[in-house]
Amino acid sequence: MKLAISSEQVQHCRAMALAIAHEVQMEISRMSTISVERSLLRLLGMEGATAGIPWVNVFLEQIQEHNVLEDGALYWLGNTLCATDLSISQIGQEVGEGRLDVVKTVRHPLKDIQASIAAVTMESLRRIFLLRAQRRQFRNGLPIHVSPLLYVIVASGNIHDDIAQAKAAAEQGADVIAVIRSTAQSLLDFVPEGVTTEGFGGTYATQANYRLMRAALDEVSRKTGRYIHQVNYCSGLCMAEIAALAILEGLDLMVNDALYGILFRDLNMVRTMIDQHFSRYLLGLFDLIIVTGEDNLIKTVDAFQEYYIVLTSQFINEQLAKQAGMEEKQIGLGHAAELDPSLPDSFLWELVQAQLVRQIFPHSPVKFMPPTRYISGNIFFAHVLDTLFNLVAIWTGQEIILLGMPTEGIHTPYVQDRYLSLESAMHLRSAACSLRKELNFRQNGKSKARAQGILDQTESTLSEIEQIGLWTALNRGMFSQIKRSRKGGRGYEGVFPISQFYLNPFLDQELVKRARKIAR
Amino acid sequence: MTSIEEVRPYGDRLNDGAIQISFSLPIPLSAQSKEAAKQVAGKLGLEHLRLIYAQDLGNSFSFYIIYGRTSGSINLSSIHIPTVDIPQMDFWQINDLLAHELKKTVTVVGATMGADAHTVGLDAILSAKGFGGESGLERYPQFKIYNLGAQVPAEEVLREIIEQKADVALISQVVTQRQSHLQNLSYLEDLLEGEELRQDLILICGGPYIDTEVALEVGFDAGFGPGTTPSQVASFVVNELLRRRRA
Ligand code: B12
Repeated sequence: MKLAISSEQVQHCRAMALAIAHEVQMEISRMSTISVERSLLRLLGMEGATAGIPWVNVFLEQIQEHNVLEDGALYWLGNTLCATDLSISQIGQEVGEGRLDVVKTVRHPLKDIQASIAAVTMESLRRIFLLRAQRRQFRNGLPIHVSPLLYVIVASGNIHDDIAQAKAAAEQGADVIAVIRSTAQSLLDFVPEGVTTEGFGGTYATQANYRLMRAALDEVSRKTGRYIHQVNYCSGLCMAEIAALAILEGLDLMVNDALYGILFRDLNMVRTMIDQHFSRYLLGLFDLIIVTGEDNLIKTVDAFQEYYIVLTSQFINEQLAKQAGMEEKQIGLGHAAELDPSLPDSFLWELVQAQLVRQIFPHSPVKFMPPTRYISGNIFFAHVLDTLFNLVAIWTGQEIILLGMPTEGIHTPYVQDRYLSLESAMHLRSAACSLRKELNFRQNGKSKARAQGILDQTESTLSEIEQIGLWTALNRGMFSQIKRSRKGGRGYEGVFPISQFYLNPFLDQELVKRARKIAR
Repeated sequence: MTSIEEVRPYGDRLNDGAIQISFSLPIPLSAQSKEAAKQVAGKLGLEHLRLIYAQDLGNSFSFYIIYGRTSGSINLSSIHIPTVDIPQMDFWQINDLLAHELKKTVTVVGATMGADAHTVGLDAILSAKGFGGESGLERYPQFKIYNLGAQVPAEEVLREIIEQKADVALISQVVTQRQSHLQNLSYLEDLLEGEELRQDLILICGGPYIDTEVALEVGFDAGFGPGTTPSQVASFVVNELLRRRRA
């Protein structure tokens, strides 16, 4: 099945998106954020909290108070390693419990600091590459591999209930389990610590919760013979830090999108773009898949008229991810139709849009999102719409299908809701598997016109954004009619320009190469 | 003929009392679990039970669909719903009343409070675009709207109410897990009481799981649920102003 669209036009869109992404990149390249710095400390093994406050936060507050934030966390960690006999973990504890001020340690020469940080970074890289390789081996060694992957969420607020439901879902046929985060965790400028049982509309993302869920999913993977993927969300003020924790704890996918934070959480755009860039760099390096949030862009505006903004954002997101070193197969672009079911031909438009994204991004494991906004409390009709959605997903050959729930209009899913959804999706995965080879669009029919219309609008929108830049586009409300200013929103105070002492050897490609080799 | 004193569920014959339910149990499927499921339905008062579908959900969960009948009946005339009974007015009538009779511009502060980030419902009522084919309150010439958006702390709502000398506060709450909406609403009401502002304010909440009963429980004047249109809210406000003037 194929839509007749011009590949030159698609190339033109890509070229413009690249220019847009490049401009953003240039502007943020000499800057860092407190979240990026905390992620570095986490990668080096600083884990723990005192009275609920993570040690990495206290560490950053110290260097902020002494006005030496611009040197970055690793400069001061390196100096402390040189000046004391403490391990990184001990430094964390001493700092966290208020016994050590890293800025008051005896100053050592820069080259000693660099050497000590390079050594611990090397060790961290090696350890993580090894963990990732083991995980890959585990996955490849399991007997059953299915496609597309069926993705469901758990969101009880209590990690133990989440685990019980996740295991049941896996046994029912789910391949991907996402634990929804507690409402507004994305606004916290720290990652809560420990195992949690009290979330609202979701469960807190913590390192300990990740670890528990990972163990449970590995267990059920062995039982079912299929690898069960673990997903969580890192968009928000702790984007880079949560990405680091996901890497350490063996997650497979990360929902990762600065635009979502900017538009729907009022996060500062500079802050979250920097966090996004570094998180994507790390996720790409350790071969996790990111999934982006374009589906949200049409939740509050006319989804038929403004669909082009989804495609526009996908083009830009792809280039931003590539700038961070990611490969196309690691970039799961978000897609949704969210069409009003009372619109005539809504099913055809859904099909066309799904085919369009599949064709334009053939290597992206698109995260294919179900209808949500027109799902009411009528659970039976919701199941009808979800089944049609599943049909579109299979028909257009999507790779990751996020299943809609009959109770979408009511609550986060009950255990039987997932079963009903999985049953429908598995039915279509088998019943409709050859459709795309057998059927095609009529030439020059309505489908072609719709696809062309979307592409034309996307092209002209990208060209406008290329001229004014992404920041200004956000400022003018070009995305979902929401206006955001460059210095407004949450978290801007956590952005800083880096000094000449600043170090981050995780970016050092030589070091990365060596670590990768040793890990093999 | 259905008697309003004795209303029963209807499947395909009057008074058959037919009901279908579905639920899960945290035990694996077995002959015993199926009987347990039927007994659950029995404890709900259902009779003539038929377990028509049962499925193991894995990890010690199981799912059941049961049909049964109830002999219970309801006397409609004994049911009293706390509705806010007010005459509905349209855009023109509302403006007319405000401009000529009440001679007043109504200042409204609206927000989605707490950690809740949902704005579509509030915007449906407030923004010019409106909802259900009606324009929103921003289009009403006698209304002045301050829409604070989402994720607004109660303290900020309070500050804005004071600053703008608001006549009406419109609070949206969509996320209800662990009763967070009730906590948020009561908290704002307490703050307003503390500042002695509650009396003079028309305090209204709304959201998919809100109704008047919920609203009264948390000390609000009215609550609006799914499908609410802007003119319904405006009608309530105008009627309340009239009532308060008379009182
Ligand atoms: C769109 C949407 C979002 C968007 C919101 C974008 C935005 N700017 O609003 C995004 C993607 C951001 C989002 C996020 C989340 N969402 Co949401 N979302 C929805 C969705 C799909 C539609 C809601 C909607 O727009 N309805 C349309 C409007 C017009 O309807 P309405 O709100 O009922 O409003 C009408 C009336 O209620 C009334 N009304 C509403 N407010 C007011 C106020 C006043 C004063 C008055 C008078 C009347 C009134 O008038 C309106 C017009 O008639 C629903 C699912 C569904 N189908 O309902 C889930 C849903 C509401 N979301 C849910 C959840 C849990 C979340 C998250 C918390 C998930 C998470 N853990 O991350 C997040 C976090 C957001 C947060 N911090 O609060 C749950 C809520 C469950 C519950 N009962 O608590 C739902 C039901 C989905 C589900 N099944 O899990 N969501």
